[in-house]
Amino acid sequence: MKRIRYKLLSLIGCCVFLFQFISCQEDKISFNKEIRPILNKNCISCHGGVKQSGGFGMVFRENALKETESGVMAIVPGEPNKSEIIKRIRHHDPELRMPLEAEPLKEEEIELIEKWIAQGAEWEEHWAFIPPKSIQPPAIDSPWVKNEIDQFVMKKLVDNQITPSKVADPYTLIRRLSLDITGLPPTQDQVNRFLADSTYQNYERLADEMLNSPKYGEHWASMWLDLARYADSRGYEKDSYRSIWQYRDWVVKAFNSDMPFDQFTIEQLAGDLLPNPSIDQLIATGFHRNSVSNDEGGSDNEEFRVASVIDRVNTTWEVWQGITMGCVQCHSHPYDPIKLEEFYTSYAFFNNSTDGDLPHDLPQLRTFEGEDSTDLEEIKSWIVKNANEEESNKWERIIRTKEPMIRPLLFSDFDNVSFQNRGDQDFMVVLGGAFIKLSDVDLSKTAQVYLQYYRNDKEPAEVVVRKDSVNGEKIGEFELGYARGWGNLTLSGTEILQSNETTDLYLVFEGEKNEYKCTVDGILLTESLPGKNLEGYQHIQAMVDSLLIKKGGKSTAIVCENPEKFQRKTHVFMRGNWMVTGQEVTPAVPGIFDSIPANKTANRLSFAQWLVDGNNPLTSRVITNRFWNKIFGKGIISSVEDFGAQGEAPSHPELLDWLALKFSDDYQWSVKKLVKLIVMSNTYRQSSSVSPELLEKDPNNVFLARAPRVRLSAEQVRDQALMASGLLSDKMYGPSVMPTQPEGVWQVVYSGLSWKTSEGEDKYRRGLYTYLRRSSPYPSFITFDASNREFCLSRRIRTNTPLQALVTLNDSVYFETAQVLAKEMQNTSAELKEQLEHGYQKLLFKPLTKEKSQILETLFHETYQYYEENNEEAKIVTGTDDIQLAALIIVANSLMNLDEVIVKS
Amino acid sequence: MKLFEEAKQKHLQLNTRRYFLKQSMAGLGGLALSSLFGSGDVFGKTKVNTGFDTFPNFVPKAKRVIYLHMAGGPSQLELFDYKPKLKELHGKECPQSLLEGKRFAFIQGVPKMLGPMAEFQQFGQSGTYVSDNLPYLANMVDDMTLLKAVHTDEFNHAPAQLLLQTGSPRVGRPSMGAWVTYGLGSENEDLPGFMVLVSGGKTPSAGKNAWGSGFLPSEYQGVQCRSKGDPILYVSNPNGVSRDIRRKSLDAISAMNEEQYKEFGDPEILSRVAQYEMAFKMQVSVPDAMDISQEPEYIHKMYGTKPGESAFANNCLLARRLAEKGVRFIQLYDWGWDTHGTGKDVSLTDGFRDRCRDVDQPIAALLKDLKQRGLLDETLVVWGGEFGRTPMQENRGGKEWKFYGRDHHSEAFTMWMAGGGLKKGFSFGETDEIGYYGVKDRVHVHDLQATMLHLLGIDHEKLTYPFQGRNFRLTDVHGHVVKKIIA
Repeated sequence: MKRIRYKLLSLIGCCVFLFQFISCQEDKISFNKEIRPILNKNCISCHGGVKQSGGFGMVFRENALKETESGVMAIVPGEPNKSEIIKRIRHHDPELRMPLEAEPLKEEEIELIEKWIAQGAEWEEHWAFIPPKSIQPPAIDSPWVKNEIDQFVMKKLVDNQITPSKVADPYTLIRRLSLDITGLPPTQDQVNRFLADSTYQNYERLADEMLNSPKYGEHWASMWLDLARYADSRGYEKDSYRSIWQYRDWVVKAFNSDMPFDQFTIEQLAGDLLPNPSIDQLIATGFHRNSVSNDEGGSDNEEFRVASVIDRVNTTWEVWQGITMGCVQCHSHPYDPIKLEEFYTSYAFFNNSTDGDLPHDLPQLRTFEGEDSTDLEEIKSWIVKNANEEESNKWERIIRTKEPMIRPLLFSDFDNVSFQNRGDQDFMVVLGGAFIKLSDVDLSKTAQVYLQYYRNDKEPAEVVVRKDSVNGEKIGEFELGYARGWGNLTLSGTEILQSNETTDLYLVFEGEKNEYKCTVDGILLTESLPGKNLEGYQHIQAMVDSLLIKKGGKSTAIVCENPEKFQRKTHVFMRGNWMVTGQEVTPAVPGIFDSIPANKTANRLSFAQWLVDGNNPLTSRVITNRFWNKIFGKGIISSVEDFGAQGEAPSHPELLDWLALKFSDDYQWSVKKLVKLIVMSNTYRQSSSVSPELLEKDPNNVFLARAPRVRLSAEQVRDQALMASGLLSDKMYGPSVMPTQPEGVWQVVYSGLSWKTSEGEDKYRRGLYTYLRRSSPYPSFITFDASNREFCLSRRIRTNTPLQALVTLNDSVYFETAQVLAKEMQNTSAELKEQLEHGYQKLLFKPLTKEKSQILETLFHETYQYYEENNEEAKIVTGTDDIQLAALIIVANSLMNLDEVIVKS
Repeated sequence: MKLFEEAKQKHLQLNTRRYFLKQSMAGLGGLALSSLFGSGDVFGKTKVNTGFDTFPNFVPKAKRVIYLHMAGGPSQLELFDYKPKLKELHGKECPQSLLEGKRFAFIQGVPKMLGPMAEFQQFGQSGTYVSDNLPYLANMVDDMTLLKAVHTDEFNHAPAQLLLQTGSPRVGRPSMGAWVTYGLGSENEDLPGFMVLVSGGKTPSAGKNAWGSGFLPSEYQGVQCRSKGDPILYVSNPNGVSRDIRRKSLDAISAMNEEQYKEFGDPEILSRVAQYEMAFKMQVSVPDAMDISQEPEYIHKMYGTKPGESAFANNCLLARRLAEKGVRFIQLYDWGWDTHGTGKDVSLTDGFRDRCRDVDQPIAALLKDLKQRGLLDETLVVWGGEFGRTPMQENRGGKEWKFYGRDHHSEAFTMWMAGGGLKKGFSFGETDEIGYYGVKDRVHVHDLQATMLHLLGIDHEKLTYPFQGRNFRLTDVHGHVVKKIIA
């Protein structure tokens, strides 16, 4: 930021500087507070970053101050009378007056602009680009205030002459607390304990207990997985299975262990680039393997690889920075100070992963079981013995990932091969006499050359490894095996003759021209295993080779980086078209921000570290706002995905900045502490009841004088029904499950996948674990506004539709929960009133009012009478002759459809 | 029922959900005018002024759309685009000039030209060429408007279907039907405004994204009608729960919610009550609309329908029934038009002819039926695939195939429209003599979208929705209304 300010100052010049200095003494116009809102509202759509009508744009100061197309200066600092902008906004001729075809600016707005120009037209960056400053919460003397959040909120309420609401009743409060922390209703035991002692201290104890429950991580993972666009399939036509649930489990565990958010960030964006990364850190990189890919026959793999990199850029900027980078893909940002090239300098960070829209969905991290796992341990202990732990970890990573695999697009040269790089023809077909060249390979660091391929031919075939040229010295050779189809990719390789040269490496495929040899996925180069000349080395090397070929057990998609010598170059795409490239660019962050320190290599890792560095103005604000948004149903900035000039203004800017610093500095990025701080405020604990006066004064609850009423999320609606009926399984982790879904929902083309309803408790797992196929997501979730996870989604729009009513009334999942709940109601007492009370309390924990009890009794009696007359129907509902149960099932089904049940009050 | 009435009124008064949207998107130029289960006829009569643009923007020519999407991309060269020259070139190698710099899905090296695998004849007053694959439809040409030089940017199914139906080749954008119902709402309170019927045993390559709501609220997504099980998901009561019982339980739910409203005063509670009542109505109106057995025998004969079957013909008849009931956007997908020639079932001489036979009679019947009911003038019928086929024979894997087939072709293909405000018996656009490029009056899929919206009374540049920091629209930053085809 300093650098920018320096640049601006030098532009302005000494006189202006002096003038500014003097004018500072009087009441100084704040560009951000007073001028920018006028410009953004009235001018920027025509005079912005893309559209600069008349050669005048107001996103960058240098553009605003330069000569316009007509040769006049729109803004002359210090001289409003010479500034064309003033002439035009004051013009009496409506055809010349700005803004065109709109209401003229108000006199006071024009005067402000004049004064601002007179004071030197000083520029300030948009507030969100300036790091938050430490602020003291306003001093408020009120017993209502429980913590600093309340001080900020109360200040605003006092200023607007609004009184906050009283604390919600304990039933509502404990249900709300639990739904917000764990995503589930509280347990009966928790409710009982709170009802017995509903003091603030006991409330805190319960909040702590919930924060420490494993359910906490599952709930917050739901939010994060919307951002990560996590799903169990790859998207588009074939929409094949993607094995990546271990990433989902990683997120749950990270939240539960309260992994600091900076670490959480770095591991997901660049876990693979950390020094000596752990297996978990590799799993974390699954974050960006969630982008969609296209395996349709004939589709261009490079086109969809590029699309996935673009998605990774956009997602990263949206999630951590609240910046709509997508705008900059084709042209400079219309509203924010980010230029076209800067999209591609960001793109360059993400452009070197080894995945490439291929049907095998590699790279994947594999696990080994049984003997294989023992072998891996033996290899590791050999390496520890002969080198060290770090080296051993490195080899484990190579064995489990077979990466970095150099794939055909990065081969330096080849001949007599056929390579389409498109769907159904994804790999390089190699014929006899072919060669593949890798340039500038350091032979002192390369001991083994492996080829990954498939081959439908059982005839023996040989590959010779030569150096320097296609006829150069032979430094190794190996045989190709039989491996049918890309689903059975295998690997063969050889030890090569090492030397101190850096030279070109050739893989030469012996044989007749036009004779099929194999179909290549890529080449893996490795160093030599430690302990080379020791006894037993050959045995260990053989075990490594054998494990590399093994299919492995579980696997999960991860990100790996291309080796340094085989990196893609990044070019600007002209107008966003990947087939028309412009200048080459290298990784960098946009100029509006402090750059990555020069002593660090600009790569994904330093970029991730930059995001969570104390100087980054946005991350802590954006993330704090996301948690606030999830809890209150609306962010302090309601446009949680856009903190730029066109985003919403914060309702409580000082509170946001204070919270952001609290989170990143005092709390050292502890999410649990942040969530706790929020739920411990009286702002949070208020009743959601609203008087007509308050509704009129603040219909959208901007001032937070009441708690929001928010409809539960898709997952919560289902989880709650399962929990109330006692069906909910608390099994955690593992592959996604398939609960009951109507027949015939999956009819996807070219796909062998089918929906097989899970057995046992897997049918009743939390919604988080439901199998999500992008082209055909779980229908009742979509009806309740869940994301189909095709792109990063910052907030779900809450709708209220008849189709939702049909789900909770009729879906067999919900009806089954009603049947089970009714049975429990029946067993609990012989008294109808008590049965009804019990059912209601299972869902809402509070006493049933007389009026409501009366309504339910009437329903029961009418239904009972009906079923007496139609007892065949009762039999269908209950499976027995029990008419009372049939009537109770209808009551339970109705209870689950109450507004108060579907909504968090 | 008093509460329900109150609910409806409050709903209209406050427009809570739209109000919410407007508030949360305020400053971004958003609009959210018509609810899916909208407030009656907004069709030129009621204009709600929310301070944003209102729709329709001008007097519409059509009230609704029936879109017949032939998923896979039918060959224009065997249906409408008659190319005698191509016959002459049959079997000759394709000139390099047509291959350089081009990307094909499967063609490799130098393919051979493939002459039309059908006979053509002129029909109607307009003298429009139609092939012998469509004997029924050929008699309707004077009611149709052919676009013979449509082009797209995509040559793979899923992206091309997405581009056509959502305006973007990437997943995640709202579909055309979602946009239209978002802008215009529904004419029928008891049926969804956007309904989808699928035949051919498979959903299209783009999956349910083809009728998704993208970033629009989920209520605008297409509701898929099913031929087996519930006609739409969850519309039937659970077994053993009769309509009487459902009424009783809904009365109790409403009464309980009324208690809740007294306590909390949240208008969204009333809105929920209204949604439950609409759900109750839909439980009758949906199965009723979907029950084609109510149709007389001559209608079944005309369409070639057999009640209870899952077939394109049944879907055509259903489309007419839904159109009559005021559904705004009726989308049909028929799968199986990807005629590569890699087998008999996907060859131009066999499988393709079967597919044509399946759709020819019902489509002709649909046009005739709409016409005789006076519905064709206010309904826009659109037919086409996501792209066309190459004038070259496909040579997948670099070899010659036993059956005749063509690869995906994005440069030029034929679509047609009928009804709502179009010139009748009119052909627009021309391709070169082999049907490779459009040489006159080309229509990009974004132009088609702009034109469709225009016919519905919507300015395609004004129907926008703010998402991720900018206003999105169906036509992205493209699209020109094809004025020359409008009557």
